[in-house]
Amino acid sequence: MASGAAPAALTALLTVLPGAVQEQVEFRGETTVVVSRDRVQEVLAFLRDRAAARPPALTDLTAVDRLPLEPRFEVVYLLTWYDPPARLRVKTRLPAADPQVDSASGLWPAANWLEREVYDLFGIRFRGHPDLTRILLPDDWEGHPLRKDYPLVEEPVEFVGRIPPVPSQAIPRVPPQDE
Amino acid sequence: MGVEIPVPGRAVAGVSPEDVQLLERQVLTTRASRVISWARKSSIWPVQFGLACCAIEMMSAAAARFDIARFGSELFRASPRQSDLMIVAGRVSQKMAPVLRHIYDQMLEPKWVLAMGDCASCGGVFNNYALVQGVDKVVPVDVYVAGCPPRPEALLFGLLQLQEKIARSGGRR
Amino acid sequence: MTAVAAQSRETLTINMGPQHPATHGVLRLVLDLEGEVIVGARPVIGYLHTGIEKEMETRTYHQNIVFPPRVEYLATMIEEVAYVQAVEKLLGITPTKRCQYIRVILMELSRIASHLVYLGSAGIDLNITSLWMYAFTPRERILDIFEAVSGQRMMHGYMRVGGLQWDVPLDFVPRVRAEMEELPRRLDEFEALLNDNLLWRRRLEGVAILPPEEALRYGCTGPVLRGSGVNYDVRRAFPYSSYEDFQFDVPLGERGDAFDRYLVRMEEMRQSRRIILQALDRLPDGPVNVDDRKVALPPRRELVRSMEAVIHQFKLVSEGFHPPRGEVYSAVESPRGEKGYYIVSDGSNRPARVHIRTPSLCNLQALPVMIYRGYMADVVVAIASTDIILGDVDR
Repeated sequence: MASGAAPAALTALLTVLPGAVQEQVEFRGETTVVVSRDRVQEVLAFLRDRAAARPPALTDLTAVDRLPLEPRFEVVYLLTWYDPPARLRVKTRLPAADPQVDSASGLWPAANWLEREVYDLFGIRFRGHPDLTRILLPDDWEGHPLRKDYPLVEEPVEFVGRIPPVPSQAIPRVPPQDE
Repeated sequence: MGVEIPVPGRAVAGVSPEDVQLLERQVLTTRASRVISWARKSSIWPVQFGLACCAIEMMSAAAARFDIARFGSELFRASPRQSDLMIVAGRVSQKMAPVLRHIYDQMLEPKWVLAMGDCASCGGVFNNYALVQGVDKVVPVDVYVAGCPPRPEALLFGLLQLQEKIARSGGRR
Repeated sequence: MTAVAAQSRETLTINMGPQHPATHGVLRLVLDLEGEVIVGARPVIGYLHTGIEKEMETRTYHQNIVFPPRVEYLATMIEEVAYVQAVEKLLGITPTKRCQYIRVILMELSRIASHLVYLGSAGIDLNITSLWMYAFTPRERILDIFEAVSGQRMMHGYMRVGGLQWDVPLDFVPRVRAEMEELPRRLDEFEALLNDNLLWRRRLEGVAILPPEEALRYGCTGPVLRGSGVNYDVRRAFPYSSYEDFQFDVPLGERGDAFDRYLVRMEEMRQSRRIILQALDRLPDGPVNVDDRKVALPPRRELVRSMEAVIHQFKLVSEGFHPPRGEVYSAVESPRGEKGYYIVSDGSNRPARVHIRTPSLCNLQALPVMIYRGYMADVVVAIASTDIILGDVDR
């Protein structure tokens, strides 16, 4: 199942901005590059304008909370070139104490709502965003639900003849062997 | 001088027995409450309140195959002021709950609520911060229809149960 | 010198939704109007936010199969395959050929069913009620096929990581073939009713135009993007589930208006039928579940003979499998556009993060661009032509 091997754009990136890429990972046919947060705007702008003949689309912009690892948050940008088809994932890591990064909404208007969603659910602020307000939750909501320290807020359910008190404990989390 | 109303079976001055029999065959007498409840249950017009997946099965119930119109729900009115029933079809999020209550308050008496699907009845598959666990936390519910989503036939059965409930209530809310 | 009466411009702000017959769900639009002309639009979403992404972090990969069909509830088979495929990619396993072909058939049937709902809703928004009734009839027959296959009309839970719940029933192939025989007649009926219909064309042509550059910048995909002329279909660009084995055309529009999107969707239904017929002709025999006992449940008759099978069954049901650490993104072409699942695994039996890349969110972001300087009456047509699903937008 092809998903676009390391695209030509990545080669261009590594040539023109070699110091920007901190890590490069290939997994299941996908390429991910990790960039430091003060260089992510530069890298995204390069990938948009100068990496290939046609600019890519910003397919996805999301975040991952890696508690208890530090840096805690990862903001993930997924870029897709349509012709020829290729994908590249760009990630940047943000510390828990200061989760801020520059907004990509100047580069792609698609980032506008995607960044609002990340702000709403994770509390990551995007500098330079025209309207960083909550989008999915009510405006007066407190907290950022997709953070790992925010509970699921489950209502206890009565299971006949068996306890767990809440459905998510029916099959508890089993950590991997090496943890 | 009073007016004597012809009673079935008894002859009255001026009215022949044949006329009384004719009257018996052509005039229906009953209690007002039964007529009122019959009228109410036979023409329940729901308000369009499809929220999520159950709304698609509600649309199927209103389409040609299952045809909710033959049970009286000819039209799904867009305006709550013109409707009797609120079929809460779908999951109610925390953001939507005040809107739901507002729409319910705008409906005129008598009004009923049918909680369609598991999410409206009890929160369904989802048990988390974002959903109200059952719409009966926000509005009083008359009929719960289980299913995820309930088949259109199940919704029609729920509607028939509601009609029976209205018939039993005798014209009062 | 003649005095010219001063014209005053006043902007009226009105609210449309979240309970509204024509917003296709719980969407709220705050519109600024100058007379009948839209000069500003601000969609407010979140009225169907269900916390699915958070909920998926608290269940095993197998338990999570319940949630995807509730996200995009019109194309349920496609959504299930999208999730299951991402998990299979994470595990590095490939489903069997028979499983892939069956998935293709069910996905394309799902696409036809979804486009029929689009047609019905677009019709009823313009008060063509009979179109809605006509469009739902073939959809009911497709839902009957889904019920025969999985037991449920919607929300099937039929796809499994590594295969399917069970093989298709014996009369599946003739039944689907009979349905595909019927379909062109119905599609011809719709096209005869609509394509040269003055009312339909006047309401849809030139309305909600989205230029291709804007569509690309807003991340639009699916018929919204293809209606504007950009040739991007995930089935062609990043083929999955044996789509490279099938011949089909990807219809493109020219002007990017609502009428072009309607034509694209009608043609997509015909192309889906073409794919289904090819898959039915070449449906291979064999098992539907992958042979990997660490991922897929063993067949029940093995449980009587083999202790290992019992142990595998026990482990899979009570704990679930542990994918390797890593992250994947796997996309499918849903009727609305590119539907992708981004799964991050930390090696445990639960995903560390599941993010659903939904086409409706990006398509909806482009809505203000489509309706700017249009009329109030065209907003309804524009929303119908983007064919958004609010479950998709809000998750």
